Amino acid sequence: MRKSKSLSALIFLAIGLFLLGLSNFVDELRVYQGAQIAVYVIAISSIILLTGYSGQISLGHGALMAIGGYAAVLSYTYWHVPFLIAFTIGALAAALGGFILGMAAARLSGPYLAGTTLALAVGLPSLANQFHILGGEQGLSFDIGEAPKWIANKTGGDFTQYKWFFWVSVVCALATIWFIKNLLQSRFGRTWRAVRGNPSAAALSGINIGRSKVLAFTVSSALAGLAGALLAMLLGLVAPMAFTLTLSFTIVTGAVLAGVTNLAGSIVGAVVLVVIPEFTDAVATHLGGSEKISANLPGLITSVLLILTVIFAPNGPKLHKRKKANN
Amino acid sequence: MLFLDTLLIGLSSGAIYALMALALVLVWRSTRVVNFAQAGQAILSTYLGYEVMSVTHNYWVSIPFAILGGAAIAAFVDAVIMRSLAKRSHKGSVSEIAPVIATLGLLGLIRSLTGMIWGNAYLQYTSPLSSKGYTIGSHTIPFSPLNLVIVVGALFVMGVFAAIFKFTNLGLALRAASFQPEISRLAGIRVDRIRTVGWAFAGAAGAVAGALVTPTTYLSPNSLDLLLVSGFVAAVIGGLDSLIGAVLGGLLLGVGFAFILQYIGTSVTFSAAFIILILVLFVRPRGILGSKVGRRDA
Amino acid sequence: MSALVVSNLSISHGAISAVKDLSFTIEKGQLAAIIGSNGAGKTTLLRALSGLIPASHGTATWQGKSLLGVKPEDLVRSGIVHVSEGKSVIPELNVKENLALGGIWRKDKKDVALATEEVLELFPRLRERLQQSADTLSGGERQMLAIGRALIARPQLLLLDEPSLGLAPLIIEQIFEAINKLRHRLDLTVLLVEQNAMSALKIADIGIIINVGSLVASGPSQELLADANLRAAYLGY
Repeated sequence: MRKSKSLSALIFLAIGLFLLGLSNFVDELRVYQGAQIAVYVIAISSIILLTGYSGQISLGHGALMAIGGYAAVLSYTYWHVPFLIAFTIGALAAALGGFILGMAAARLSGPYLAGTTLALAVGLPSLANQFHILGGEQGLSFDIGEAPKWIANKTGGDFTQYKWFFWVSVVCALATIWFIKNLLQSRFGRTWRAVRGNPSAAALSGINIGRSKVLAFTVSSALAGLAGALLAMLLGLVAPMAFTLTLSFTIVTGAVLAGVTNLAGSIVGAVVLVVIPEFTDAVATHLGGSEKISANLPGLITSVLLILTVIFAPNGPKLHKRKKANN
Repeated sequence: MLFLDTLLIGLSSGAIYALMALALVLVWRSTRVVNFAQAGQAILSTYLGYEVMSVTHNYWVSIPFAILGGAAIAAFVDAVIMRSLAKRSHKGSVSEIAPVIATLGLLGLIRSLTGMIWGNAYLQYTSPLSSKGYTIGSHTIPFSPLNLVIVVGALFVMGVFAAIFKFTNLGLALRAASFQPEISRLAGIRVDRIRTVGWAFAGAAGAVAGALVTPTTYLSPNSLDLLLVSGFVAAVIGGLDSLIGAVLGGLLLGVGFAFILQYIGTSVTFSAAFIILILVLFVRPRGILGSKVGRRDA
Repeated sequence: MSALVVSNLSISHGAISAVKDLSFTIEKGQLAAIIGSNGAGKTTLLRALSGLIPASHGTATWQGKSLLGVKPEDLVRSGIVHVSEGKSVIPELNVKENLALGGIWRKDKKDVALATEEVLELFPRLRERLQQSADTLSGGERQMLAIGRALIARPQLLLLDEPSLGLAPLIIEQIFEAINKLRHRLDLTVLLVEQNAMSALKIADIGIIINVGSLVASGPSQELLADANLRAAYLGY
C-alpha cells in the first residue's frame, strides 16, 4: 500500500501548482481567505500532531503563535533578515517556548496540562504591554513587501499583495503537511502512536515517554510559531489583540471538528473556521442585526459546533462512522 | 506598615481566588473535570445580578439572585451537557480531553451569548460600599469597606460550605460520591443527582466570586478570565482535590501576588502566576494538601 | 417459587463473554455459595445482579421482579445490597461516616440508629474505631465495616463478593461465622461469591460451581463437598 515517496511528492507538487494557479482566477477576497485557510491548516495540524498523535492537550497554542509572530516581526524589523528567515526564527522561538512548556507538560496529565496552557494563553499576550520593544496594545507592524520580480514577472498580470500572501501561506502549509506526514511515518511517529495507545507497554518496550512527549510538544510549537508568523504577515502586524484566548480556542475547535487524528481533516477544519464568520456576517446583515449580534455570532456557532462535536462525534466525523459500522 | 498593608490587599484578592478555586475543586472532585466554563458561568450569573440591580437599585438584593442563578446554570450544565458527554464518550482517542473541550466550548458559548445580550462594552456593577481605605490614626490603609465585605463574604460562604460538608447527610453523600462513586451507588446514593448538586454548589461559589469582585473592576463577557486562571493556580497549589487546600491556595496566591506587586512591580504579575504554577507542578505536584493520587500519568 | 431466579444469563465485556447461559435458583433465607477460580465470572455475575453492568441475555428476578436494567441505587432501596470486592469502604471517610452511608437514603431514621447499634454490637471493634479514618483499619475490620454498612440498609438479599479476599485464616473464620449468624437472625438470603471454596461451602446451604462463565455443578453444599471429582477439579483440596 505504501506509496513511494516520489509519487506522493509529485501529488503535493501538483496540488501546490493547482492552488497557485487558482489564485489567478478568483477575486482578492477569496485569495485572502485562501491564505487564511492555509494558515489555519498549519495551526490545526500542530494541534492534531500534539493531541491526536501524542495525546497531549494544549489550550495555549495561541500564545505559542504569538511567540512565533513576535519573534518573526522583531527579527525582520531589527535584524533585517529576509522574511522566510524571519518565519524560521519565529518557528524556532516558539519551539524553544514549546520545549520549556513541554518539559512541564510531559509530567502532567490532561486537566493540569489544559489549565497550565490556558494560563499561558490568557497571560502571555499581556506581556506585550509591559515591554516597550513589543509595542504595547498597538503592536508592531509587519510588511514583507511585494512578491519578488522573478515570480511576479513569470506569472504575468498584476501580482497583488494578497496573492503573494496566498502563495507564501500555501507553500508553507503544503510543506507543513508534507513534513508532518513524513514525521508520522518515521520512528518518532511510531513512538508517539505507541505512547498514545498504551503508555505502560511503550515504557516497557524501552520508549522514553517523557522525551517523546517533549519532542511532540516542541515540534507542534514550532508549527504553531510558523502559523503565528504567517498570521502576522496576513494582518500586517503583531499585537496582543491578534493572539487572544479566542484564537487558542478556535484552533482547538478546528482540530476537534477535523477529528483530532485526521491530518487531512485539518483542511476541512480550516475551511469551516474561515467560512463561519463569513456566513454569520451574511446572516447578521440579512437579519439587520445589531453589532452585538454580528460580533458574537461566529463565536456562538463555533462553540455550539465544538460542543456538539465532542458529544456526538468525539473522534471526528470519520472515525465515528467507522465505529458505528463495527457495532 | 507597608508589610501589613500588602498583606491586607493580598487577603482581599486571595479570598476571591479561593472562591474560584473552591468552585473548580468542587467540580473536579465530583466529575474529574477542570471546569473552564466556570468563568463563563460566573459571568452569566454576575450579569443576572447586574440586571436585578438595574431594577431594584440594590446591590445586596442582587447577590442572592446571582448566587441562585449561578447554581442553576451549573446544575443545568452538568445535567444536560456533562452527563450526556459522560454517557457517550468513554472510549476513543479524545475521551480524556472531551470533557475539557466541552467546558471550553461552553465558555465560548456563554461568552458569545452574553456578548449578544449585553454587548462587549464594559458595564458597571457597583457596590454601595466605599473603595476608600480605612484610616487608622493618620495612616490610611489600602483596605476599604469593599475589601472587608469581600473577605467576610468569602469566609462566610466557605464556612457554610464547610458546615454542609461536615455535618449534613447531603455533605456526606457529596463527599462519598466524589471519592468512590461506585461504592456510593451500592450504598444507595443517587450519584448522578448528587454530582449535579455538587456542580450547583460550585456554581454558587463562582457566582459569589463574580458578584464580589466585579464592583472592584468592570463587567464584560470576558472580565473573569484572569480570575479563572488565578483560581486554577490556587486550586493546583492546594492540591486540586482538597477544599481546604483551595482556600489556602487562594489566600497564599493572593498574598504572594500582593507582595510581588508591591516589591517587584506590576510588570511581572502574569509571569509570576505562571512561574508559580510551573514551580508548584514541578516541586510539589500534589499541592500542599492534595491526595496521593498523582496528576502525572505513566 | 424461588426467591432469586437466574435463567440463561449471559454477560459480556465487549467481545469477551464473561458469563455464559447461566441458570440457578435460590430459596428465600438460603445462603448460596458461588464457587470458582479467578476469572470464572463470579464478580461479573454479582455486578450484573446489582445493576452495575448490563447483561446481554437472559433474566434475573428477585421475588418475581426483574433485577436487570435497574440502577444499583434503586436496587438498594428494594432490599438488594451488594458488598463489592476488596473491602468496599470509602477510605477517605471515617468509620462512623462509612456506616452512616448505609442508611443515608432511608427515611426511618430511628431504625437506622437501631440498625447501626446492632452492627456495632456484632462488630465491637468498629465501635472502638468510630472516629478513625477507614484508611487506618485492618483488612478484617474493613470487611466488617463493609458488611456492617450493608446491614444498616436492612437488606433482604445480600450479595457478598469475596469477603475473605486477602484476610488471615482466623479472620476469615470470624467473618464467615458472623455472616452465618446474621442470616439466621435476620432471615437474609445471601449470595456469597468465593474462591475459598471450603470455608464458603461449610456455611452455605447450596453451592454453585462455575468455570469460565459456565455452570459446572450446583446442589446442596454437603453433596458438592462429598463429590470427589469436583473436589479435585474445582474445589482445590
